[in-house]
Amino acid sequence: MHLNEDDLVLHYYGELPPAEESRASAHLTQCGACQNDYTRLQQVMAWVDSAPAVDAEPGFEAIAWARLEPALTSSHRAAWRWFVFSPATLALAAGVLLLIGVSFTAGRLTTTTAPGGASAPQSADTVRERILLVDLGDHLDRSQMVLVELVSAGADSGDVDISTERARAEQLVAVNRLYRQTALSTGDAAMASVLDDLERVLVDIAASPATVSRQDLDSVRRRIDSKELLFKVRVVTSQVRERQKVAIQERTGQHTIGS
Amino acid sequence: MPHTDATAVALARDGDSDAFRALVDRHSRAVYRLAHRMTGNPQDADDVVQDTFLKAYRQLGRFESRANFSTWLHRIAVNCSIDLIRGRKHQESGHDASDLEALDSVDDRRVDPSPERLMLSTEVQEQVSRAMAGLTHMERAAFVLRHFEGQSIEEIGQALGLKANAAKHSIFRAVRKMRLALEPFVES
Repeated sequence: MHLNEDDLVLHYYGELPPAEESRASAHLTQCGACQNDYTRLQQVMAWVDSAPAVDAEPGFEAIAWARLEPALTSSHRAAWRWFVFSPATLALAAGVLLLIGVSFTAGRLTTTTAPGGASAPQSADTVRERILLVDLGDHLDRSQMVLVELVSAGADSGDVDISTERARAEQLVAVNRLYRQTALSTGDAAMASVLDDLERVLVDIAASPATVSRQDLDSVRRRIDSKELLFKVRVVTSQVRERQKVAIQERTGQHTIGS
Repeated sequence: MPHTDATAVALARDGDSDAFRALVDRHSRAVYRLAHRMTGNPQDADDVVQDTFLKAYRQLGRFESRANFSTWLHRIAVNCSIDLIRGRKHQESGHDASDLEALDSVDDRRVDPSPERLMLSTEVQEQVSRAMAGLTHMERAAFVLRHFEGQSIEEIGQALGLKANAAKHSIFRAVRKMRLALEPFVES
């Protein structure tokens, strides 16, 4: 009886039980058809082995470190603060993450709703949503500021000191990552895409030396321009701010009704 | 920069961030390669690298100084990749027959490879990447763990939260898809 395709795979990986392994090996020495099939499998596997793994871009190590360092700092601090692991703190952290998730899921961050629909009682979620919108709006504002400063940095030739922008970018990377992952996991693809573009540029800036050459600065600028990053960040910021306004109007309307 | 990983780990344990940075510089590229193989896309690979080093940093105290740091880190990276893939498990539906048919149908669109072109490793990489892209997350993870990481089917089942039989069939499907996609090039 011939060996089927799955038997050949198990034989190739040495995963056949001993008795079947002996039978398969013996059969392969006698059966030309199965031997041919096995040779083709081996050739495909050799082909797979010969393909080099996809490598990271040049300078990846510096970028990885720039993204990692802020998280390590907070992790290190946490090691000294045993109370961080208290149930109350963990519950608070879980609540914040849940809140971000709920807000993204509901599409509240990027979509506006018609004002005047504030007839439902103001829930704790609504209050938290407003706080989140303020936080995200601030994050986007701060990011925009860094980008604008770099785009308009001194036009003279020679090296440019970007240590301030670099320090701010370092701080923004970790927060941005949290927002991006939340947006991704909750299916807000538009927000996730803008935050992803933003993060890559922030990481680049954070990984740069404190003083950069004119060419290096131009390269960062080109990256910002090529993705129309400033424009995109402005659009989502204005959407978030618009939503904030609606939330405030809803709150005001609620107070009027309730008073 | 510390000369050996053991020295760097010892310094990093004492809070020396430069020492930990040296470990990131030495190993992040290898972790990326593994993560890319497991997950199949650069963004996920970036995230796995971050999670791997963050986990390693938090667990430095548990690292046995006589062990090989690279092997230990590799294991963490595999687990981080698996966590990410398992998180996506629910997003995958059955892919069997229709996937294989789809792979068949794209054969016609493939560029006819000349031997000269295929000598280039980038071309081989491209064909293999394309074939791997035709696998589901689970098939890909099972195949990478079996083929590149040398794990047994039983170990793969445990790692991926599958019964051994399901893990075995994930590998069968993956190999079938790889053969369908690559045999025309191998034979040419």
